[in-house]
Amino acid sequence: MNQLHIKTMADYMAAGEEPEILFWVGCAGSFDERAQKITRAVATILTNMGIKFAILGTEESCTGDPAKRAGNEFLFQMMAMTNIEVLNAYNIKKIVTACPHCFNTLKNEYPGLGGTYEVIHHSQLIQQLIDEGKLKIENGEAFKGKKITYHDPCYLGRANGVYEAPRAVIEQLDAELTEMKRCRTNGLCCGAGGAQMFKEPEKGNKDINIERTEEALALKPDVIAVSCPFCMTMIRDGVKLAEKETEVQVLDIAEIATKANGWS
Amino acid sequence: MLAQLLFVLISAAAIWLFARNVKKIRRNILLGKDIDRSDAPAERWKTMAMVALGQSKMMKRPVAGFFHILIYVGFVIINIEVLEIVIDGIFGSHRILSFAGGLYNFLIGSFEVLALGVLSACIIFLIRRNIIHLKRFSGTEMKGWPVSDANYILIAEILLMTAFLTMNAADYKLQALGVSHYVKAGSFPISAALASILPDNITALEVIERVCWWFHIVGIFAFLNYIPYSKHFHILLAFPNTWYSNLNNKGKLTNMASVTNEVKAMLDPSFTPPADATPGRFGAKDVTDLTWVNLMNAYSCTECGRCTSNCPANMTGKLLSPRKIMMDTRDRLEEVGNNIDKHGKDYQDGKTLLGDYITAEELWACTTCNACTESCPVNIDPLSIIVELRRYLVMEESNAPASINNMFGNIENNQAPWKYSPTDRINWINQ
Repeated sequence: MNQLHIKTMADYMAAGEEPEILFWVGCAGSFDERAQKITRAVATILTNMGIKFAILGTEESCTGDPAKRAGNEFLFQMMAMTNIEVLNAYNIKKIVTACPHCFNTLKNEYPGLGGTYEVIHHSQLIQQLIDEGKLKIENGEAFKGKKITYHDPCYLGRANGVYEAPRAVIEQLDAELTEMKRCRTNGLCCGAGGAQMFKEPEKGNKDINIERTEEALALKPDVIAVSCPFCMTMIRDGVKLAEKETEVQVLDIAEIATKANGWS
Repeated sequence: MLAQLLFVLISAAAIWLFARNVKKIRRNILLGKDIDRSDAPAERWKTMAMVALGQSKMMKRPVAGFFHILIYVGFVIINIEVLEIVIDGIFGSHRILSFAGGLYNFLIGSFEVLALGVLSACIIFLIRRNIIHLKRFSGTEMKGWPVSDANYILIAEILLMTAFLTMNAADYKLQALGVSHYVKAGSFPISAALASILPDNITALEVIERVCWWFHIVGIFAFLNYIPYSKHFHILLAFPNTWYSNLNNKGKLTNMASVTNEVKAMLDPSFTPPADATPGRFGAKDVTDLTWVNLMNAYSCTECGRCTSNCPANMTGKLLSPRKIMMDTRDRLEEVGNNIDKHGKDYQDGKTLLGDYITAEELWACTTCNACTESCPVNIDPLSIIVELRRYLVMEESNAPASINNMFGNIENNQAPWKYSPTDRINWINQ
């Protein structure tokens, strides 16, 4: 792995500087072993594009999203107000995050509690870099002739109407983007939202991630693309259970962008 | 003269009864908590025009969407004919609007085509429900009354359209025979074909025409008074329901103001909450803890089941059904309303929406994915009810699954939903 030099907000402040953008890593991106790779991919893109960015580092806390969705509004607002205090103290204007759950909460639920920022998802940042001609991924040999399907995360798609940005990355490749029947507004949840990530599913006859992975695998893709660390866990579990992990890769949009550029 | 008097009496009684029931529903809806949905009127009118008037979300399922639009257009346009029938009924006239000549003939002709369209669509819907047994119309909540209700509506519409066409057929024949009262007016592309099976006797034809005329209009008045008791009330509430629908990003949940005050006081001891802040209950236990928009949603639901058939929890065999959440809310609200009528407004029957109607297991199956809100053709929001009930479970009863409580504990102690040390947050840099 290439060495990443990541600065925190505290570093910038000590140097009397301000970054262009804050990279909100999120808990999954910080602690989950698989999601850490996505975090590194996003950081690599930011670094290689010469964008001045910072993380909060140990000053970052859970946004409170899983608590709020589970009904614990107290805990959510405690977390939100503490985070807003930190963000406002650093005079943050713009945030990019690789987690649609953090994205949704920061974008929609923080303004009402005093935290108003321009919040974008990493797929939107990547699309913007492509549109500006800064990020080129059309020479992506790694994906030449591959069949890729994209799974819409609920909190990026239906919750915030972001459907095209993640697809824009795949469309740049010399690969075939094939859609599942349940996509975009009809996308099927991976099963992790609404705090389900942190509990066993209720009694039923099938797990939601199996239902979704079966739909994706039926297309016989080489890659299932995701853009949410929770979807990553759920779809990977589904692929493993179907014993397809040697044939089918599950990759985040950011990882596709870095692999296409030979950065990882 | 007697017929006219009878007609006026029946009309007045039907309208009075209908108004009374609508008022009762309005009273029930307003038992909900206040919520301000008066912002962005331009966007609200547009939403209503697109979603309710324009049926924009119906065509996501093309077969049902097409036939529904047929019934909808037929229903709305044939009402122009009902206007003439009412005037004729009051004044004892016959086809009073026929002075419009060519236009009149065109209209009557179109009504006939539409009536046949409505008739066919209703038959197809009956077949889908009772012979093909479409999965969408089954489920634990679709037993007994909801099944009969759907069939009653379709059968009523079939009977009304049959009476309408038979009435026209007899009229057409009487006109051809030159019977004086039956002025030559209208064009009858559909009922002309029916005329051959009717008798040629003038008296018999007159009886058939009158019986069908009365059956049709009294049927309409009866149907009007059936609607407030039925899921068919959606034909009225679809309009306000879409106007008052949530215009925010679907992912945005409300921030509870009552909690904000408490959290502020906790973080800053010098903070004093505003004087008008009422503590009340956190979340919802019963229908009266929900907002009036939630309650209007419940009365707007026509139990089509698009929400449930798209719900990831439901399709994988979990207990949750968003349609059931809406039907339970309406059933409980009707019960609360009836209690008020019978025992006065402070009566408590010891029952609540949470527990007696909706169980914790249903609520904990929700992934908050918004498939239900997206698929609802009239923008009903079952998710906000689910979240309010979860809030009550967690904040008032501390009744969450153990793993969820662990997650809360981790967030409180480690600022992350998993048990990792906050100092490990930057370990990814060197992985």
